[in-house]
Amino acid sequence: MKTTRRQFLYSSGSLLVYFAIPTSGVMTGETAAAQLSRLDGNDALDTWIRVEAGGKVRISVGKVELGQGIGTALAQIAAEELDVEMARIQMATVDTTHSPNESYTYSSISIMHSGSAIRTAAAEAKRILLDLAAESLNLSSQVLTVEDGQILNASKATGLDYWKLLEGRNFNAAVPDEGQTKSREHYRIVGQSVQRLDIPGKVFAEAAFLVDLRLPGMVHARVVRPPAHRARLLSVDAKIVNSMQGVLKVVRDGSFLAVVAERERHADLAADQLRKSARWQLPEDLPDMDQLRLWLKSAKSELYPVFDRRGELDGKVVRTVTASFNRAFQAHASISPSVAVALNAGDDLTIWSHGQGMYPLRGAIARVVGLDESQVRCIYMEAAGCYGHNGADDAACDAAAIAMQFPGRPIRLQWSRADEFCWEPYGSAMAIDIKAGLNSAGLIVDWQYDLWSCPHSTRPAGAKRAGNLIQAQHRENPISPPPVRSIPQPAGGGDRNSVPLYDFANIKVNKHLVTEMPLRVSALRGLGAYANIFSIESFMDELAVYSSFDPFEYRIAQLSDPRAIAVLNKLRDISAWSQRPPGGDGNGWGIGFARFKNLTAYVGVLMQLQIEPTKGTIGLQQAFAVIDAGLIVNPDGTRAQIEGGIIQSASWTLKEQLRFTHSEIQTRSWASYPILRFEEVPDVHVEIINRPDQPPLGLGEAAQGPTAAAIANAVFHATGHRLRNLPLQQEKLTLSR
Amino acid sequence: MIEFTLNGQPVSLDIEPETPLLEALRNDLELNGPKFGCGLAQCGACAVLVEGRSTRSCVTPVSAIAGRKVTTLEGLGSAANPHPLQSAFIAEQAMQCGYCTNGMIITAAALLTTSRHPTKTEIQQALAGNLCRCGAHPRIVRAVQRAADKLAGD
Repeated sequence: MKTTRRQFLYSSGSLLVYFAIPTSGVMTGETAAAQLSRLDGNDALDTWIRVEAGGKVRISVGKVELGQGIGTALAQIAAEELDVEMARIQMATVDTTHSPNESYTYSSISIMHSGSAIRTAAAEAKRILLDLAAESLNLSSQVLTVEDGQILNASKATGLDYWKLLEGRNFNAAVPDEGQTKSREHYRIVGQSVQRLDIPGKVFAEAAFLVDLRLPGMVHARVVRPPAHRARLLSVDAKIVNSMQGVLKVVRDGSFLAVVAERERHADLAADQLRKSARWQLPEDLPDMDQLRLWLKSAKSELYPVFDRRGELDGKVVRTVTASFNRAFQAHASISPSVAVALNAGDDLTIWSHGQGMYPLRGAIARVVGLDESQVRCIYMEAAGCYGHNGADDAACDAAAIAMQFPGRPIRLQWSRADEFCWEPYGSAMAIDIKAGLNSAGLIVDWQYDLWSCPHSTRPAGAKRAGNLIQAQHRENPISPPPVRSIPQPAGGGDRNSVPLYDFANIKVNKHLVTEMPLRVSALRGLGAYANIFSIESFMDELAVYSSFDPFEYRIAQLSDPRAIAVLNKLRDISAWSQRPPGGDGNGWGIGFARFKNLTAYVGVLMQLQIEPTKGTIGLQQAFAVIDAGLIVNPDGTRAQIEGGIIQSASWTLKEQLRFTHSEIQTRSWASYPILRFEEVPDVHVEIINRPDQPPLGLGEAAQGPTAAAIANAVFHATGHRLRNLPLQQEKLTLSR
Repeated sequence: MIEFTLNGQPVSLDIEPETPLLEALRNDLELNGPKFGCGLAQCGACAVLVEGRSTRSCVTPVSAIAGRKVTTLEGLGSAANPHPLQSAFIAEQAMQCGYCTNGMIITAAALLTTSRHPTKTEIQQALAGNLCRCGAHPRIVRAVQRAADKLAGD
């Protein structure tokens, strides 16, 4: 019955989806990769794969290891197609002298894009190698097979292998658009929980991180930042530090102030002195942190219609319900503050950075420091976990600017904890209003959704968007920030996941893009999806209760996507939902569900929590999650991403809020930005629905929104209190009975 | 000149006594284990063992460890001869980025010298001052339990 009705809706109703196409040819960072084809500009096979001496194969991709395990997953795909063991694979880091340009590592698209490219490239490499073997053996390549790089004829060794066949030569071939890739039923490595390639080096304290890079003659730099984003440096007495021990140079360019010293401690002491002597003009332009909804709705904004579906109402609206939700500004808060090393060797500038995109960074830095892009080289090295656009790019540009004034010696710039908290671009505050019309059965037939948000991407994506860098804005001759851009659907920015996956007949979604940015804002894991899914799924829970439905049943009744329904059914099974406590007694179970971007992984989360009876605080006990991300490349890596996503989202949801006054950021250390600690972390159980016949889907950001909703819904179940603000209000929760 | 024992070997450093131990270990002695995370003793990434106790090297002046025994992640074990915690962190894949791992292993090592059979709660309490941002906590706790079982079984 349901199917018939929906088919009718889709064929007779009007469906309007707005795609905001950038008109000037300038793309925001978040849209750039979406428009790169898998191989775009990287079609030389040698860019991706090299058969190296010593029985190794070197794989070079344009995506970077951020702690998400992508290096291992991409190595698995390459090893699978090449028919070599994992031990033969060496993953190269991204270096603008030779790596494929795959833009940023973001938006959970690395397996979908880079994985697809390396799969095709590896299949082509194997085909070429088999042709070479066939020629040498005077046989048809059809009769030959490969086992760990050895060429076999009817399962017998031929004495040939990849390394003998290529003898150190290049492929000198192009990667075709479509290659003869392996049939999935023959996979041996893809689909296995292969251990992460980078973990042993990290537990044995090998040089695994950018901070472990020690170059001869390296000196140490510190920046001295103003107390607020748009403050200006009026004066500073640089002379007072020139005589301090170990100080090599004070760098000032407009409002950019830094010091270089032989030793880290000397750089710290000099920076402290500079900070004391610096006088700043403070604009007092930050909004009231306790009135963010009011500020978002009154600030200058642009209206973007996101989605408008006018279907045939399945019964008329008998009741209208409204609700509003809010999200505070929240920080990436990586465990290490940003760091970079830069060396100005006279004719060229080399930068070692932990940014998400070495190619876009190169273009941006070249413009800021006034070099040709060909004179700048950016090399990726790992730092602490990255969950979006943090301070890495800014630190890289700071180091580059200092190196331009201090040539010949490598400059290692380490931001302080306070630098990172005050200057990283935050995940934007959001305000959301929903109005739902219910029919007589209690199901939703009309849905109006409005959201207000600052941008969710202000990346310095190449020369044209270099003005997004702090360095560019603080210099004596500043580069203005580029105009704010709306990230178009279907990915969306603030509107990511603002369109419900449910089959409501009428859906209208509007984004109000706030173009004022008194606080720096950019991409934080999930972008708008976190607050949108929290809002939609909280409201679904509320309406389910209102309409006397079980929360699972209410969702399933309004979904037609069988994969979505399968995830919810599985979640209900593994969590023993029938044993859900009665509610209102301090024990709560709640669920949240979404398909990330409505395009990639499906994730359902169930949270079990307990309200501490005397303090009234929320204690998370156990989380269950079910994920369908199509073909799973590495099951344990998938579980790790979902576990980590649930725990991080729980931390955002329960604790995290940037603190500021009208003139300065007050969040300066972990004391003023607490995150979830060990004893507060729930047990997490992740179940995977593997679909080897389906394309792999991005999953790294997919748990953030469902987790937030699951917690809020569990709090409601436990107490009868509906919490609508992220982070969830911290005042004492009382029980409804 | 400041002299102390580092990973079983005598070392002497001609640096200012106020220099943070973390800077001495990372920059003068070129060790990778202890990491700079906050410089405020709030996150635990810089932890080292001083006479077997987990100590924040970012706020410890090098003068304070004169004549004492310092053990870093390098000193616990190696790929050829791993400490049970190092093996357990690999077996449990107990990290995402791995930046906090040093502090987790060092603090757990201190725990396991005083508590042979720590409960899950005891492990969580021992690691309460160590921050992980990626959300690897359950895996880290399992790794410490696994190492404790291994040590108890030997």
